Amino acid sequence: MKVYPDQAPKARVEGPLLIGARPLGSASLRSGRRAAFGMLLVVFITTFALAQGATDSRRSGYQDMGEALQKMQDDDTANPGMLFVQLGEQLFGQPAGAANKSCADCHGAGSMKGVAARYPAIAKDTNEPVDLEGRINLCRSANQQAETLAPESRELLSLEAYVAFQSRGQPIAPLSDPRLAPFRAQGAEIYRRRQGQLNLSCAICHDDNAGKKLAGVTIPQAHPTGYPIYRLEWQALGSLKRRLRNCLIGLRAEAYAYDAPEYVALELYLMDRAKGMALEAPGVRP
Amino acid sequence: MTNVLINAPKTAKPGEIVEIKALILHPMETGFRPGTNGRIIPRNIIERFTATWNGAEIFRMEMSPAIAANPFVSFFAVATESGTIGLRWTGDQGFLAEEHVAITVG
Amino acid sequence: MHSPLDRRAFLAGAALLSVLPLASAHATPEAMAGAIKAVVGAGTIREGRVKLDLPPLVENGNVVPLTVSVESPMTPADHVKAIHVFNEKNPQPHVFSARLGPRNGKAVIATRIKLADSQKIVAIAETSSGEFWSASADVIVTLAACVEDVT
Repeated sequence: MKVYPDQAPKARVEGPLLIGARPLGSASLRSGRRAAFGMLLVVFITTFALAQGATDSRRSGYQDMGEALQKMQDDDTANPGMLFVQLGEQLFGQPAGAANKSCADCHGAGSMKGVAARYPAIAKDTNEPVDLEGRINLCRSANQQAETLAPESRELLSLEAYVAFQSRGQPIAPLSDPRLAPFRAQGAEIYRRRQGQLNLSCAICHDDNAGKKLAGVTIPQAHPTGYPIYRLEWQALGSLKRRLRNCLIGLRAEAYAYDAPEYVALELYLMDRAKGMALEAPGVRP
Repeated sequence: MTNVLINAPKTAKPGEIVEIKALILHPMETGFRPGTNGRIIPRNIIERFTATWNGAEIFRMEMSPAIAANPFVSFFAVATESGTIGLRWTGDQGFLAEEHVAITVG
Repeated sequence: MHSPLDRRAFLAGAALLSVLPLASAHATPEAMAGAIKAVVGAGTIREGRVKLDLPPLVENGNVVPLTVSVESPMTPADHVKAIHVFNEKNPQPHVFSARLGPRNGKAVIATRIKLADSQKIVAIAETSSGEFWSASADVIVTLAACVEDVT
């Protein structure tokens, strides 16, 4: 039984047989109710299901949320993440820096489609992998001659949200660039490494115990399908980096610095692990 | 910089009841929460949301700190005549945001 | 090594502290009742006609979707003129107060609220004829409204 790429199947109880509370509702029940919710939604869900395949046991964090939060994510005029997409659209068209160029001046309409689905990628400028935020800041300093945007700043997140939104509904398609392979392998190693005072690895919760409850909340499989996400706990939009830092702090480990290569390596691995799943940006998560 | 998302139909039949949804970016700081320095962050909320149809008030909501950040409101209105739906938010620290959407009824 | 006398004094002090009312801002069922009274005055509140839609199990108390609907013809002669929502365990008892009228067609409001803890929510509708109708809901909040700042 193939569960994830790169990983030997573990002898563990899978899916509906898990002891411990189940996430609210089941996929088949929900798809019945969703049919009533408009064409766009049906198209999205179809793409979602097709992207995952019939025997795929992977679940997006979306499927582990209650119905009310799923509705919040699905409605573009009620999803708080969309406020940031709207802001990002404005910023994308605003000239910046000494070059007085906007993102739109180089990246025309529709050109950002598919980008978020395949990132992180090797940056031509540095020959190292960068995530979306790193790429946006590289463009700002090199092409716009503007100041880089601070991590988790509203401007950076909004631009990231706007770019990620252009790939919404598309299957995650990591690049097969051989230069990415060692970084991806590093990410896999970090994912399986025990860290922090709690001495847990990502894999222990998100592979071995996904679907069970931790402090009343269902442990997701941790696929980065919705980033940047509007997380209720933050009352704001945030990046995968912020979420990873939350986890590291939760493990009572020292979170790596914001510009540490570990985050990009982890994201490379996680995106590969989520290959084929549909991107949902901007997602809503509890 | 106000950031607002409004969902209101562009057209409606006379007498049709339409749903109007509005989402605005605002921290809705409750005034009960301590910051990282241990001191209470001062209250900063939207206190009032009003909707008008061609100038006549059709809906009003007085909000408290119990309304979630980035407040979302949905209410209904009878499409009486063509014109402008006005939405207005006011609150602490002189906060004021106004948006207008046109609607054709007929 | 503390002497038994010191330890006894400490325990006595701790016991005393635990029964002193701590100065923390918390609504109580009494505060909610007071807030309701301030709105309703001497009127009688009847259960019915109001529907409170809240998820029974809330993943995070920071953003809880809530819908209040009231059965009413919403005509100039007979309509809902106000909807008030209260809570029991947040630092203060009010959630929101809305003014409506015949121009609304339907007395249905949806919004998102913050809940500090598992508690009871009460919605009261005031009609144009001066009647008060109410509904309440008990909500279980798995993660109380607690904001995690950027770290």
